[in-house]
Amino acid sequence: MFDAVGRNFGFLMGGLWVTFQLSFFALTGGILLGMIVGLARLSKKPWIYYPVTAYVNFLRNIPLILVIFWFYFVMPILVGRSIDPFPSAVISFIIFEATYFGEIFRAGYQTISKDLVNASYATGMTYWKTARYITIPIAFRRMLPSLITQSIVTFQDTSLAFVIGLRELVRRTSIVDNLEVRSIELYGFAALVYLVVCLIGSQISHYFEEKGRKASII
Amino acid sequence: MIEIKKLNKWFGDFQVLVDVDEVIERGQTVVICGPSGSGKSTLLRCINGLEPFQKGDVTVDGVSVADPKTNLYKLREKIGMVFQRFELYPHMTALQNITLAPMKVRKWSRRKAEEKARQLLERVGIPDKADVYPANLSGGQQQRVAIARALAMEPDYMMFDEPTSALDPEMIKEVLDVMIDLAKGGMTMLCVTHEMGFAREVADEILFMDHGRIVERGTYEGFFNNPKTDRAKEFLAQILD
Repeated sequence: MFDAVGRNFGFLMGGLWVTFQLSFFALTGGILLGMIVGLARLSKKPWIYYPVTAYVNFLRNIPLILVIFWFYFVMPILVGRSIDPFPSAVISFIIFEATYFGEIFRAGYQTISKDLVNASYATGMTYWKTARYITIPIAFRRMLPSLITQSIVTFQDTSLAFVIGLRELVRRTSIVDNLEVRSIELYGFAALVYLVVCLIGSQISHYFEEKGRKASII
Repeated sequence: MIEIKKLNKWFGDFQVLVDVDEVIERGQTVVICGPSGSGKSTLLRCINGLEPFQKGDVTVDGVSVADPKTNLYKLREKIGMVFQRFELYPHMTALQNITLAPMKVRKWSRRKAEEKARQLLERVGIPDKADVYPANLSGGQQQRVAIARALAMEPDYMMFDEPTSALDPEMIKEVLDVMIDLAKGGMTMLCVTHEMGFAREVADEILFMDHGRIVERGTYEGFFNNPKTDRAKEFLAQILD
């Protein structure tokens, strides 16, 4: 019965490849920016804390789909030329996901005692060196299960980029469906692909959770 | 030389340090004791700028800690510090804990930093623990790694903040032996500790603090055999119990 899928398999997998690419950039950028956002949310300097907190609260309280839309339509006005769906989607995802990753990192930083940081300062390490070699790596390891969970959510969320015409898996599925008119089987297949990728992801998360518990290095 | 001049510090409305004056000459070992909450740890943290203070000053080799132009990171390179709860980096092996600052701050090569780290592990008596993570070391071993980590920066001064009070009794000696060795080797040391045996052996001066003030100072014999204030008598009676 999956013959409509079979006939368009290459085209659909091309969409999965776009989904992976978008996820890769969204996650890399979102996690890197999230590390900084998390630090800023713990900053004692008001000119860092308040703007970043406003940014986090703003984006966490509006739906992602609006951010994607808004960014796609506003950017051309701001930069003076039209912008392709892919870079537009990447930037929207990075600024949106960074708020979620930022809160995860913030929670991770808060598990680190003040004197551990002082121990680093006492050897002459600067704030940024301490962040790079001590605070961020420890928070990253302690929060790894949460980071993987959020990464899985992000991977699923990339399907929302279809609203600005990005030809990722869901968009391509709908294109094929317009020709084949086999909605149940085509969207069922797309769902299956997401399910398999996400199940693999959650197994990886589970593995690290167990490993972290056993090693108690952290 | 470390000079503390009329140092005053408040946490909100609560005054933790009151007019603290002290001079620590090169090569001296000064022991600070006193009941908990008397401001001993805070005093150490003011000296290397980990805690800000509101009045007075501390100078280290003439460089003022209070001066906003002072690069505190640079200043801390020459003041090693050891903490009550060791504070080793949990995601790094003993060797990595020791080599981090020499490599990232002093810009030593990995080879040079590791060579130095292995010498220091030898010196503190645990050369076989280089590749072990802190979670798999005993408290005494962790504290000795922490001392090696501080010494790796080749500091001119060492500060110890109750280095043995989180240790089981049988491990206290192995840490004190390292500290005694250091003091006898000519290191300038500032130790917050209640280990009177250590004080007897190496202290040039003992400071007794209470409610943020230095209420007594003197040699070990003077303080131990002939405390002047009731507060110090009470304190000595308690710790000797």
